[in-house]
Amino acid sequence: MPEKSGAEILIDILVEQGVDTVFGYPGGAVLPIYDALFQHKKIKHVLVRHEAGAAHSAEGYARATGKPGVVLVTSGPGATNAVTGIADAFMDSIPLIVLTGQVATNLIGSDAFQEADTVGITRHCSKHNYLVKDPAELSAVVREAFVIATKGRPGPVVIDIPKNVQVATASTDVKSPARSRFTYAGEADYAEINRAVELIANAKAPILYTGGGIINSGPTASEALRELAELTGAPVTSTLMGLGAYPASGEAWLGMLGMHGTYEANMAMNQCDVMVCLGARFDDRVTGRLDAFSPNSIKIHVDIDRSSMNKTVRVDLPIVADVGMAMRQMIDVWKGRKYKTQPLTEWWSRITGWRAVDCLSYPGSTQEIMPQYAIERLFEATKDKAPIITTEVGQHQMWAAQHFHFDAPNKWLTSGGLGTMGYGLPAAIGAQMGNPDALVIDIAGEASIQMNIQEMATASQYRLPVKVFILNNEWMGMVRQWQELTYESRYSESYSDSLPDFVALAEAYGWKGIRCDDPAKLDDAIAEMLAHDGPVMFDCRVHKTSNCFPMIPSGAAHTDMILHADQVSGTMDDEAKALV
Amino acid sequence: MHIKQELTERHVLTLTVDNEAGTLARIAGMFTSRGYNIDSLTVADISEDHTTSRITIVTKGPPPVIDQIIAQCERLIPVHKVTDLTEAGPHVERELALVKVNGTGDQRVEAMRLADIYRARVIDATVNSFIFEITGGPEKIDTFVSLMREVGLVEVGRTGIVGLMRGADAS
Ligand SMILES: Cc1ncc(C[n+]2csc(CCOP(=O)(O)OP(=O)(O)O)c2C)c(N)n1
Ligand SMILES: [Mg+2]
Repeated sequence: MPEKSGAEILIDILVEQGVDTVFGYPGGAVLPIYDALFQHKKIKHVLVRHEAGAAHSAEGYARATGKPGVVLVTSGPGATNAVTGIADAFMDSIPLIVLTGQVATNLIGSDAFQEADTVGITRHCSKHNYLVKDPAELSAVVREAFVIATKGRPGPVVIDIPKNVQVATASTDVKSPARSRFTYAGEADYAEINRAVELIANAKAPILYTGGGIINSGPTASEALRELAELTGAPVTSTLMGLGAYPASGEAWLGMLGMHGTYEANMAMNQCDVMVCLGARFDDRVTGRLDAFSPNSIKIHVDIDRSSMNKTVRVDLPIVADVGMAMRQMIDVWKGRKYKTQPLTEWWSRITGWRAVDCLSYPGSTQEIMPQYAIERLFEATKDKAPIITTEVGQHQMWAAQHFHFDAPNKWLTSGGLGTMGYGLPAAIGAQMGNPDALVIDIAGEASIQMNIQEMATASQYRLPVKVFILNNEWMGMVRQWQELTYESRYSESYSDSLPDFVALAEAYGWKGIRCDDPAKLDDAIAEMLAHDGPVMFDCRVHKTSNCFPMIPSGAAHTDMILHADQVSGTMDDEAKALV
Repeated sequence: MHIKQELTERHVLTLTVDNEAGTLARIAGMFTSRGYNIDSLTVADISEDHTTSRITIVTKGPPPVIDQIIAQCERLIPVHKVTDLTEAGPHVERELALVKVNGTGDQRVEAMRLADIYRARVIDATVNSFIFEITGGPEKIDTFVSLMREVGLVEVGRTGIVGLMRGADAS
C-alpha cells in the first residue's frame, strides 16, 4: 500500500483544495513541511518577516480574492506571533487556514523547547482548531478545515501538527472525505422573506444597513444589493466592513454609518421606520448608545450567524440566511408581487436636508496638507485604476473610509472588529500577491506603520509594487483625539517621538521614498508615486492636530453627533470614560 | 461609578456533542471568555459507538443572555444540538451526592433517621461514620446536606445535574 509522510499528505491536500500561495515563516517544528514544499513546487511560499505579517497577509489575500488565505508557522513563538492575525480574522470573518508546527506528540505537555499550547491559546479566537495526532487523520481534518473556514460565517481555522506527525507515514489509499457534521445557513425561509418584503414595501422611511457579510457572500451579493436598493428606492448605508458592496457613486448612498459615519447616515438610521440590516451585526461602533438606537423602527436582520441575532439590539424579524441568497429571494418576491418602487419623497427630502449639513467638510489650508485633502487627492488620482486600499488603524483609517470612495467589493481591506495597528502593510502584500496587476495602497499612520514595518523586506523580495501612503501627523492621532475629548488634553504618551526618516528607510529597503508637505505639490508627488513600478513609501506630512469628525462619542446617541472641532468638550463622566 | 448587576434566571441546557479531545474545554472556555455563568456541568459518553457525549449545563443569566448562550453553544463545531430544558417544558433534573458524616450516640441516630426520611442509602459505615448516597433534585440535596451539617458532616461530593424531558420524545 503506498504511504506518504504527514508533510507530503498535507501538501497534496492543499493543492487539491486549490491553494496556490502560502504565507509563512520556517522553524524547527515545521521543517518537514518546508522540505515537502521545497520538493513540491506547486505552491508559492511567501516568506514574511514576522508571523503577524503572515497572518495579516493571508487576511489581505483572502479579502481581496475571496479565497481562503493560508498561513504556515512554526510552534511556540511562531504560533503566538500569529495569534493577533488569527484573532483579527475571527472578528472580521475572514477565512484563513493556519498551519502551526507543534513539538512531537510524546513531548506535548513537557514544556519542551518551543512548545506552546497553540490549540488552547487559539481556541477562543478561531472558528475551530485541531491538534492532529496521526498522519492518517490529516487529510480528513484539512478538508474539513477548508469547509469550516469558508462556509457559513467565514473565519480562521487552526491546525496544529506535531513534528512526528509530519514525518510519520500513512496510507494514501483510504479516501477520507471531510466529515459532514458542519451545517450552515443558506436560503431564507420564504415566509420570512415575504414578511420582510411587505414591511419594506409599506415603509415610509426604509433604510438598508449593510455590512461585511455582503462582501463575504461574494460578488453576486453586491449585485443583488444594488438591485434591491433600486427596486425599493431605499437609501443605503454601510458599516466600515461593508464599504464597496453598494457603490459610493450610487444615488442611494448615504455614506458610512456609526462613530465616524456621516450625519445623513446616522440621522436616517435614527429616524427610519423600517431598518433592513443585511450582513451587519449591530456593533457598538455602529449603534452608539443602545437605548437610543433607532427607537421607532421595525428591524429586520439578515445574518448567516444565528448568534448575531438579538445579541445587542432586539430585532423584530430575524432571518438566518446567506445574505446574498436572501436578497435575491427578496428581489424575486418583490417582482413576483409586482410591487412598485416608492418615490419616498418625504423621506428623501429629509435626507437631502441632512446631506446639506455637509458633515465631511473640513477647514482648508494652502499652507499645510489637510489629511482629508490628502485622501481626496489620492482618490482623484487613482479612482480610474480600481485600486485596492488597505489601512492601518487610527484617524487615517477613518478619513480613508470617509473620503475615499469605493464602487466595488473586495477593494477595501481594513481591520474593523479588532482594530489592529500593523494590519495594513502585510494585508497590502497579501492583496498584491493575489492580484499582481492591481494598484494596492496602504493608507497608513506614522505610528501604525511601525508595527509591521519589517514587511517592507517581503515586498522587496517578491517585487510587489505596493504603495504605503502615510498620513504623518506625528501623533497617535486617534489617541490624542480621545484625550482631547475625555481627558482635558492631557497627552499621555500619544506623541510619535523619534520617528524614522521614512524616505531614508524606504531607500534602505530598496523602495522609493517620497516626502511631501506642500498642498500645491501634492498632486505631482502622488503622480510620481503612481508612476513608479516598484514599492513606494510616501511620507505625507499633514496638519498635525486635525481631528476626525463627525464623531459620535462612545455611549452617545446617533443624534448627539459632534460635527466640528469647536463642539469638543474637555472631559466626560465616568460612565462614558469606561466605554471603549 | 459602580458596576451594574442584572436580574437573572436559572436554565438547564443539554448539549449533544462530539466525544473528542477539546470539546469540553471549548464549551467551558466559551462560557468563561464571554462572561457567562456555569453553576454545574456534567458530561458523559452516551452513544454505543462512543462518538457522542451529552453535556448538561446549569447556567444563570437574564433571558437575552440565555438566548445568546444557546446561540454561542450552537456555533461551536462539535456541538450538534442544544436544548433548553427550562424553556422546553416539563422535565426532570437529578443529581447524586455522597455525604460523609461523623458522630456517635444521639447524633449518629439522628443522622440515620434523617437519611431515612430523605431516602438516602448507606453505602459505607464504620463505628463512628457513614457515607450516604442520595439522589434527587438539587433542592432536596441542598436541604439534606444542610441538615447533615447539624449532625457531623465531614465532606460532600456532588455530581452536578443531569436532565431529560418528560414524555416519550427525545429532547
Ligand atoms: C496593536 C494596537 N495597539 C494599540 C491600538 C490603540 N490605537 C488605536 S489608534 C492608535 C494611534 C494610531 O496612530 P497612527 O498610526 O499615527 O494613526 P493616526 O490616528 O495618527 O492617523 C492607537 C495607539 C491599536 N488599535 N492597535
Ligand atoms: Mg499619526
